Amino acid sequence: MISRGERAANYLILFAFATFAIWPVLTILAAALGPDDSAAAAAAPGAGLLGLHPENFAAAWRQGRFGQSMLTSVAVSAFVVACATVLSVMSGYAFGTMTFRGRNVLFYLFLLGIMVPAEAIVVPLYFDLRTLGLTDTFWAIALPQVAQSIAFGTFWMRAYFRASSVSLAEAARLDGAGSWAILWRILVPIGRPAVTTLVVLTFMWTWNEFLIPLVMATSEELRTAPLGLAFFQGQYTSGFTLLAAGAVIVAAPVVILYVFLQRRFIQGMLEGAVRE
Amino acid sequence: MASSSTATADTARRGGTVPVSGPSRPRRRQRSPWVPWAYLLPAFAVYAAFLLYPLVRSAQLSLYEWDGLTLGTFVGFQNYAEVLTNPDLRGSFGHTLVLIGFYAVLPVLLGLPLAGLLTRAKARGLAFFRTVVFLPQVVAMVVVAVAWRRIYDPDGPLNDVLRAVGLDSLARGWLGDYTLALPAVGLIGTWVQLGLVTVLLMAGMSRIPTERYEAARLDGAGPVREFFAVTLPAVRGEVAVALTLTIIAALKTFDLIYVTTAGGPGNSTAVPSYEVYRRAFKLGEVGSAAAVAIVLTVLIFAISLVVNRIADREEK
Repeated sequence: MISRGERAANYLILFAFATFAIWPVLTILAAALGPDDSAAAAAAPGAGLLGLHPENFAAAWRQGRFGQSMLTSVAVSAFVVACATVLSVMSGYAFGTMTFRGRNVLFYLFLLGIMVPAEAIVVPLYFDLRTLGLTDTFWAIALPQVAQSIAFGTFWMRAYFRASSVSLAEAARLDGAGSWAILWRILVPIGRPAVTTLVVLTFMWTWNEFLIPLVMATSEELRTAPLGLAFFQGQYTSGFTLLAAGAVIVAAPVVILYVFLQRRFIQGMLEGAVRE
Repeated sequence: MASSSTATADTARRGGTVPVSGPSRPRRRQRSPWVPWAYLLPAFAVYAAFLLYPLVRSAQLSLYEWDGLTLGTFVGFQNYAEVLTNPDLRGSFGHTLVLIGFYAVLPVLLGLPLAGLLTRAKARGLAFFRTVVFLPQVVAMVVVAVAWRRIYDPDGPLNDVLRAVGLDSLARGWLGDYTLALPAVGLIGTWVQLGLVTVLLMAGMSRIPTERYEAARLDGAGPVREFFAVTLPAVRGEVAVALTLTIIAALKTFDLIYVTTAGGPGNSTAVPSYEVYRRAFKLGEVGSAAAVAIVLTVLIFAISLVVNRIADREEK
C-alpha cells in the first residue's frame, strides 16, 4: 500500500524530527562530559575516562553548591507531592462519589485554579507573607505549590472516582465499611495508575517550578535546584562545561523518572489537558 | 501506541457518561450531611488560603499605586489604563503575540502533516520516537534555557554550523540582536511544544476508523486530499487542545526569558510575566504588576473558553 520510496522518505522525516528534538539535549550532554573548558582547568587538562570526563559532575556539584539546592528541591517536592496527593484524593472522592449542596459551584472554583498562572498569585503572596514574616521559609515555597497542585489533583481524582467501580464500594459498605475505609482500602489501591500519574505530574511540576522559589527564597539555603542553576549561570562565566554538567544534574531526576514511566507522563499530560 | 491511546479515549469518555453514582442513594443508612465537607475541608483550606485569596488580593492591589513599602494610594483603574497606553507594557503584550506564533501556530502547522505522515506510515520505532520528541516537555525550562543560550552563543554550535557551510555573514550573537532575539526565543518555544503537539495529534489520528480512509480512497482521493477531507476534520478537538495548551504556555513564558535574555536587549524580549516580576520586585510598582498579572489571567481564561467553544461548536 505504501511504496518503498514513501517509506524511505517517512523514515527520513522521522529521523530529522527526532534529531531536532534531541540535538539541544545532546549538546548539553556532550559539553558536560567533554574536557573542562574553563580557564583554570584548560591549563592542566586531565586525562579523562575513555575520552569522557565524568569528574565534571563532581566539580559542578561542588562549585554550583548543588548539594544544598538539590536537597531543598527534594524536600519541597516530597512535601508538595505528599500533601497535594492526600488532599486531592480526599476532595476528589467527595466530588466524585457524594452529593451535597453547592457541589458544582465549589468544583468550578477548584477548576479555576488550574488556569490561574503563578504570576497572578505570587505578588500578593510575597507581600502578605512578608508581613507575617514568612517569606524566605520552606512554607512560602511549598504551600502555594500545594494549592496549585490541589486544583489539578482534585479535578484528576474526581474523574477517576466518577469512573470507578460502584459495585465494589457498595459491597464493602454492606459489609459495614465506612467511607474512610472504602476510600483507602479499596478505591485508592485499585486506582493506583491514576494516583501514580498524579504523583508523577505533581513531582515534575514542583521540581521544575521557577517563579515561586525565585520570589520566595532570598537566602541561599532555600534555593531549589533550577534556581541554583540560574544563579550558577550568572556566576560561572569562564566556560560552559561545568554549567552543562550542572544542567544535567538538575534535569536528571525528572528525566530518569520519565524514562521509566513515560507512558504515565504522556498519558497524564494529554488526558489532563483534554479534560481541561 | 495505538493501544494506550484508545485506552485514554475510553477512560475519558467513561468519565463523562457515568451518572452520579450509588453512594448517595437514599435507601442506605443515612450519612451525616457533614461527611462530604470533612473530606473537602483540608484541600479547600490550603487552596483558598494560598491560591484563591492571593488571586483576590491581586485584583485588589491592581487598583492601588504602591511601592511595596510605604502606604499605597487608591488609583482606580489607572493601572489598567496604563497597560493600554504605556509603550513598554503594550510592547510586552505585542511580544507575546509573536511568541504565540512560534509556540502555538508553528507547532500546529508543522505537527499536523508530521502526525498525519507518521500515523499513515505505521513505521517501526514509533514508541521510541514518541518518547524522544516528548522529552522537551519534561526538562526544566531553566535547563532548556541554558542549552539554547549555548546554541545561540557567538561561539556556539549554531554559528559553527553556519560558518562551516560558508554563511559566515549570518553568524552572530543571536540573543543579543535587537531584531532577532525575540524570534530566537520563540524558536525555543517551537522546539519545546512541537513534540507535545505532534504526539497529541497522533493520538487523535490513530482513533480515526480506517473505513473512512477506505471510502475516501474509493472516491479516488490521493494522500493530500485524504488529509484535508478525512484527517483534518477528525482531529479538530485535538487541534483546539493543542492551541489552548501552547497559547497558554506562550502567555506564561517566564523562566525562559529570565535565563536567556532577561527581557533584553533593551526591551526587545520583555513579556507580560517578566513585567509582573520586574515591576513588583525590581521597580517597586506593585499595583502595576498586579494589573498586568490580572490582565494575563483574564486572557488565559478567555482563550481557553473561546478555543474550546469553537471546537465544541464545530464538532456538532
